[in-house]
Amino acid sequence: MTGPRIPELSNVSTTVLGADEIILNMGPQHPSTHGVLRVKLKLDGERVVDSECIIGYLHRGVEKIAEHRSYQQFAPYVDRMDYVAAVSNGLGYCEAAEKLLGTEAPIRARVVRTILTELQRIASHLLWLGTHALDIGALTPVFYCFREREEILKIFEKYCGARLTTHAFRIGGLQYETYDGFEQDVKRFCDDFARRIDEYETLLTENRIWVGRTKGVGILSAADAIALGVTGPVLRASGVKWDLRKAMPYAAYDQYKFEIPTRETGDTYDRYVVRMEEMRQSRLICLQAIENIPAGPIMARIGKVLKPPPGEVYHSIEAPKGELGYYIVSDGTTQPYRVRVRPPSFINLQAFDKMARGSLVADVVAIIGTIDIVLGEVDR
Amino acid sequence: MANDPSEKDPVSKPPASGAEEKPVAQKPAEPSQTASSADAPKSADVPAPKPPATTTPAAPKAAAPPPKEAPPKPLPLDNELVQKLKARFGDAIGETTLDRKQAIVTIGAEQLREISRYCRDEEKFDMLVDLTAVDWPKREKRFDVILILYSFAKNERVRLKAHAGETEPVPSVCEIWPAANWLERECYDMFGIVFEGHPGLKRILMPDEWQGYPLRKDYDILKQDTDWVRENLGIESAQ
Repeated sequence: MTGPRIPELSNVSTTVLGADEIILNMGPQHPSTHGVLRVKLKLDGERVVDSECIIGYLHRGVEKIAEHRSYQQFAPYVDRMDYVAAVSNGLGYCEAAEKLLGTEAPIRARVVRTILTELQRIASHLLWLGTHALDIGALTPVFYCFREREEILKIFEKYCGARLTTHAFRIGGLQYETYDGFEQDVKRFCDDFARRIDEYETLLTENRIWVGRTKGVGILSAADAIALGVTGPVLRASGVKWDLRKAMPYAAYDQYKFEIPTRETGDTYDRYVVRMEEMRQSRLICLQAIENIPAGPIMARIGKVLKPPPGEVYHSIEAPKGELGYYIVSDGTTQPYRVRVRPPSFINLQAFDKMARGSLVADVVAIIGTIDIVLGEVDR
Repeated sequence: MANDPSEKDPVSKPPASGAEEKPVAQKPAEPSQTASSADAPKSADVPAPKPPATTTPAAPKAAAPPPKEAPPKPLPLDNELVQKLKARFGDAIGETTLDRKQAIVTIGAEQLREISRYCRDEEKFDMLVDLTAVDWPKREKRFDVILILYSFAKNERVRLKAHAGETEPVPSVCEIWPAANWLERECYDMFGIVFEGHPGLKRILMPDEWQGYPLRKDYDILKQDTDWVRENLGIESAQ
């Protein structure tokens, strides 16, 4: 794991080692890093004195690719960033492109988008919950979580034929109508899910080991979170009641009632509680939305060749991990001049150092898990 | 891609506008043409029942969609924030525009740190949402450095845009928003923009020994491929 042959060790940010200090490389193949993240830890015994994240192993140059594709051609690429929440990525990109065009998807499309995106949020949180618990040593939840996640993926599959990188939405609306029985499938899942989520809680919420491993671990204060640009459940667990679905509603979120769960301490346990509650709220949004999916077209009339007028736009959505933004510059041609993705995982991961300093090595695993990163999005 | 002929613009116009205005001069005709050819015939048979939301979506449906679709173009902006900034920083505040209802303030790069601090402390833009850059290689100062700020108190965003030449360092805003640390590193990695005062400016996504700056417009991906094939395989690339 460590060794003098790795060149970067020489220029580690923390250059001078104390007599009792060692440097430990965690990753890039460590199972708890959820992908190819390498963390360089400077340790004094079991304590983390300093840390540095080394990323970029999964860099695919998505932003460069965008400049060589037409607006529609680039849409499938965004699914490959946060690949466990592809639907949310697609929603952000399509809405940004629509804003750039000065148009908007029809209401029916927006409601269907809302339902699918909320299901995706649940699926993403379930994956987080299962793996996070697994990292900390609770083996059971992952099986339950994947069982329910499978139901959501089945709905995606029935809807658009794909389970993970769905490319479910198109610029201007939707490609596909909902299938027969879509509402029933969603309803069945939501009805069932209320009981399931209580089931997960019985496994963890008051479990002494779970509480011991997560309470007081990786504390991030609200002020630090804001200064570091942290968004999403991590920010809300620190006590900032801010959610883009409420602050700047998009899709059809302004039509539904839901709460923004928050907690005060900003430790790993709080982030767990916030995400659990978010799944419940997502379920409520889905139930409200399927009650009344308005009839009408699913595609705006935007033409086949998209040539947005010159200019620029920034649009962001509340993805499962935080604020996912797209900054697109158009020069009036069919290809974007520049696409910048504001990746929530990348920016949230920056807070890792703040959270990990002073904690134990064993807690580093919990802290990486609690930020809920996807390296495909960190590295793009 | 860098097809905009901004030769004369950089001098006459302060920055960002150069990039944005010249396409306006030539191109607005195009979107409206395509829009009219694509939309006009269809709009005839659009039945009324379709209930899109109230404001923007009305445009494509309306009888004369082409002229209405054109509007998403930059308009001058003069709100309270702009007036305050102008009163305080004078010439450092360049053109201010409203593009697709989003505020853009062009500023002088030298004053970036002071203006940022003012925005954070006095105007309550407490979160740096994103920091990135755009390359306009034909312009005298080729880079736009873009800062997107968000204010929790006002629930609004503003975009600061500073122009920087290829060799000009840009002041780092790390001490104002720690979030800028990785974002500036990424900007350096992708565009080669040097941020002065950054605590550890080095590549973040690309390997340390990487040559070139991938998101510059003159970084040709085809050339990368042919060069690699020639160097490593000793043959000409078939691309």
